[in-house]
Amino acid sequence: MRREGSPFTGVGPVFTKELADHLSSIRMMVLTLFVIVFGAFPVASSLQQLRTVVSADAYLFLRIFTLEPERVQITFVTALNFIIPLMAIGLGFDSVNSEFNRRTLSRVLSQPIYRDALLLGKFLGGLATLAVGLMALWLIVFGAGLLLLGVPPGGVEVARAAGFLVVAIAYGGVWLAVSMLFSVIFRSTATSALCALGLWLFFFILWPMVASSIAMSMAPVQFTSADELLGFEQFGQALMRVSPGTLFSEAVAALLNPETRVFGDFSNLFLARSRGTIPNAPLPFDQSLLLIWPQVTGLVAAMIVLFAAAYVIFQREEVRA
Amino acid sequence: MSDNVIEARGLLKLYGTARAVNEIDLDIRRAEIFGLLGPNGAGKTTTILMMLGLTEISGGTVNVLGFDPVRQPLEVKRRVGYLPDSVGFYDHLTARENMRYTARLLDIPRRDAEKRIEDALASVQLADVGDKRVSTYSRGMRQRLGIAEIVMKGAEVAILDEPTSGLDPHATNELLEMIRGLKKAGVAVMLSSHLLDRVQSVCDRVALFNKGKIALMGTVVELANQVLGAGHPLLVEAQGTDIEGVIRGIEGVQQVVAGGDGAWRVTADRDVRAAVAHRIVTAGGSLTRLADLQPSLEEVYTRYFQKEIRHAA
Ligand SMILES: Nc1ncnc2c1ncn2[C@@H]1O[C@H](COP(=O)(O)OP(=O)(O)O)[C@@H](O)[C@H]1O
Ligand SMILES: [Mg+2]
Repeated sequence: MRREGSPFTGVGPVFTKELADHLSSIRMMVLTLFVIVFGAFPVASSLQQLRTVVSADAYLFLRIFTLEPERVQITFVTALNFIIPLMAIGLGFDSVNSEFNRRTLSRVLSQPIYRDALLLGKFLGGLATLAVGLMALWLIVFGAGLLLLGVPPGGVEVARAAGFLVVAIAYGGVWLAVSMLFSVIFRSTATSALCALGLWLFFFILWPMVASSIAMSMAPVQFTSADELLGFEQFGQALMRVSPGTLFSEAVAALLNPETRVFGDFSNLFLARSRGTIPNAPLPFDQSLLLIWPQVTGLVAAMIVLFAAAYVIFQREEVRA
Repeated sequence: MSDNVIEARGLLKLYGTARAVNEIDLDIRRAEIFGLLGPNGAGKTTTILMMLGLTEISGGTVNVLGFDPVRQPLEVKRRVGYLPDSVGFYDHLTARENMRYTARLLDIPRRDAEKRIEDALASVQLADVGDKRVSTYSRGMRQRLGIAEIVMKGAEVAILDEPTSGLDPHATNELLEMIRGLKKAGVAVMLSSHLLDRVQSVCDRVALFNKGKIALMGTVVELANQVLGAGHPLLVEAQGTDIEGVIRGIEGVQQVVAGGDGAWRVTADRDVRAAVAHRIVTAGGSLTRLADLQPSLEEVYTRYFQKEIRHAA
């Protein structure tokens, strides 16, 4: 049987309410503070270092994001890779189950709105909040760069940095969808937060080890050809790409380091040599975009799949508390 | 169009193999207050959720204001107000902000919304605390805010699940008064309760639920007549003549029991108060008290199920 009426009825009001709630919440302030503290450290260090280097770097501005300062050993991008999931989880882990626990869900769902619209509105509200937060951070970094480096960024640099912002938001979207999925599955907000954080830690700490040990166990005793070695490395890389963090860091690497042509250490060198290309020549922007297309698609697809899973589970749930 | 705002036929809800609602037929008429009464777990909430399209229907049909809650839930929910069992609001928002959110979900134009919110809050006496956070509200105030939401919605049907549970007697009476107000405004009200006697006074008709089935349905007096054989119990206090004889002579009186101290309990199949007063006075007696004793639904319910058990045995 087909239901009638647009599935998007009511998305707008839910979106505005969620956005307003997030932006005025103390939790959002704490998360922003967290991000700024985490981000400010590497940015400040790399700016200091960049000021001392007077080189003819065409992409000087982008180095703020990717430079690993000697003293700090963490780039701004790595910090974001780590901190964006935390922010997204913080925004989404209680989005549906808190409505259950506050007993507002059945009242809201008795208004003319479908469950998908409620979920979508909440997701978009969270995503917009993330976007606002990241945009603010991005502007701060940009402004600091302008002030301290004293050179304006080139047009391509701005475009690449903007692309980076979009990828960062998509990456946040994946983790937002993860945390919302848990908020649908578990009635307890604590359990849902714990599961989301557990998954985050798993991907950051455990997964690289798991992936490499899986890959190792599948490796032949001896490689007979370069192709075999390459294939093997690609398998290991595919395993790593299960983690959204890998997709994010690859996409960001290609955007912010225009020299990036291939991902992975070995194949980078190998391919570069076999094709006779010079590893250090920067790619044009559109070529870099083409390069990261699979990563970006992967992030968006993950977001959609997770959202769909949350929707299917939510649809089957009883509204009564 | 028929006079029924809700029509259910053979409505069935299965949880696994358990029949939470077992093929019930139910009609709610325009501008009446209908009570779904029965103990906890009888299937009242499940019935309500199916009518709103908030839970799947396992069998049978429901029609709400001409719409099918399964296929056209948005149309149903646009016209039906629902006060869930132990309703919740966003605690960090004020009552007005909560109402504004609902108004936006209902797509009420902003200019209309403010006026409708004011009127609705005034109708439940919350206008002066409308800018306080809901976290400061008592349970009774939350229930009233729920009613205000239904008023603002301009609902044609109001479905209230256990509206009086957890309220003190004073708050209960206030709430029942507001429910009467809804009826006066032409809204059909369906309310559920596990406390039979508390709400029977406002209900025009009731359905007694037991284990997913409707055991009895009708006006309280009809049910009392049917089960207790006494629709209108009276308490009469008088002296001066042969009171018992006089009352027995009145048409419709079924039973007269002396309660001592010049008091009698009278049961009749119709309202005989006027006749009793008239006869006693014309017979030269002096009437000191004539009270209408409500037939107790509790009693109806217990008696009915005692009979059922006895029949089954
Ligand atoms: N989600 C559920 N899964 C299984 N059984 C349920 C569920 N919800 C309610 N029930 C059962 O359905 C029956 C009717 O419940 P309900 O409609 O809530 O009763 P009432 O509102 O009259 O107290 C109860 O026996 C209850 O145990
Ligand atoms: Mg109930």
